[in-house]
Amino acid sequence: MVRSPAWSTLTAPLVHQNPVMLQILGICSALAVTTTLATALTMSVALTVVLTLAAGVISLIRRHIPETIRLIVQIVIIASLVIVIDQVLQAWFAELSRALSVYVGLITTNCLVLGRTEAFARHNPPPRAMIDALGNGLGYSLVLCVIGALREFFGKGALLGQTVLPLASEGGWFTPLSLMLLAPSAFFLLGLMVWAVRSLLPEQAEAPQHAPPPRAEVER
Amino acid sequence: MDNRNPSDGTPGTRNPWRRLLALPNESRAKTVIVAFLVSAICAALVSGATVMLRPIQAANRAAEEQARIAALVRGIPGMAGLLEQSGGTLSTVVIDLASGRAADAVPPAALETALADPGNWTVLEPEQDIAGLGQRPDFVQIYLLRDEVGRVSLALLPLSGQGYGGRIDAILALEADLNTVAGIAVTRHSETPGLGGRIDEAAWQAGFAGTALRDPAGAVRFRVASGPAAGDYEVDGITGATRTGRGVTRMVRFWLGPEGYGPLLDAMARGEF
Repeated sequence: MVRSPAWSTLTAPLVHQNPVMLQILGICSALAVTTTLATALTMSVALTVVLTLAAGVISLIRRHIPETIRLIVQIVIIASLVIVIDQVLQAWFAELSRALSVYVGLITTNCLVLGRTEAFARHNPPPRAMIDALGNGLGYSLVLCVIGALREFFGKGALLGQTVLPLASEGGWFTPLSLMLLAPSAFFLLGLMVWAVRSLLPEQAEAPQHAPPPRAEVER
Repeated sequence: MDNRNPSDGTPGTRNPWRRLLALPNESRAKTVIVAFLVSAICAALVSGATVMLRPIQAANRAAEEQARIAALVRGIPGMAGLLEQSGGTLSTVVIDLASGRAADAVPPAALETALADPGNWTVLEPEQDIAGLGQRPDFVQIYLLRDEVGRVSLALLPLSGQGYGGRIDAILALEADLNTVAGIAVTRHSETPGLGGRIDEAAWQAGFAGTALRDPAGAVRFRVASGPAAGDYEVDGITGATRTGRGVTRMVRFWLGPEGYGPLLDAMARGEF
């Protein structure tokens, strides 16, 4: 089967070049908004939309961005898109917007967005740039949704607010793992995911930066 | 202006837009113009979105505020049942105590800010200050429950006064005649546990329902008795908590008097709400 370059641009960031798991970009928000699947999904959609639009716009004007102010121009465009998305969320998804609080606004500073526009959109035509951005957004979304689903499932015995495991406090058998709702558990889950992916795809593992010192002979 | 091209000497065209695009990216003019254009377009986008979506967001916030108030009032023990019995919709009004009218200049959301200003408080003279407050706010948020045709069926009035151990905050619910107590909820107190502290017990508060506040002549006759209630204007006293009972009496008398909700109750009796 021959894969078109567009298809591989889209799918590479899902696992093989995942921006969160391989490049460890954007993990701040990945940790902060994943207490429930619903917030993780909203954040994923918001970031994917912002990233795709920003990549498209920046790619469109890429030949006319003066080198000296290129970062400012990119940030201004990204920030404006983020504000618009935030306003839209506040208008039509007020509940979710409150749950996400400042993190939608912080998409502006998400290094994933600036990373893709700076590294890719600035050198590629709009269609390719947007496909790449969409792929990266989906890669980010994948990680967020997996972590969000795991945290909500084990932390509240629910998925998308629907109780899946009957809670002990309501006569069932499941005692929620409160740790799952705290930030450290997101670190653990992300670490486990990175470990799992790098075990399956050894080429993702980084070369060790230090050689361990030779073991000293223990004298008795 | 002639068609000089500032830096690279390529022949300029008549179209200023093309001329701009043809400028080298690093030229100062293009840098400034690109920065200006990007900012202008982004500013227009952001302002446009904000202005267009504001009505929807305002409606959202109002709905949220309404839900918050309903939850607040329903969360007060003793009030939930009362609201269910009476039915209707709950609304909130900020009133100006001195005039007894709705304070249109102070929306509920701005009340906190308004009360942070000492100018919006009235210092009470010792002879007026029977509840021991020292000063009272000029604006108070009250809750009105209206029936299907829009008449007030229940008025919830916040009260506060000095008890034995500290300040007592309560919400008094009045029936449509504005003279019969429908219920009371004590929201905060620091009375002695087991003695005055029993004012937050539902059993004691139940005695308020049906009590009349003022006699036909209009004088406030309500009091907490020092023993079992005698007559329509009294509720049972709590044994060993005489001073708490006196505090509650004075609190109710103050807030129903001319310095408290007196003007409001007069306005409501005239049908202004």
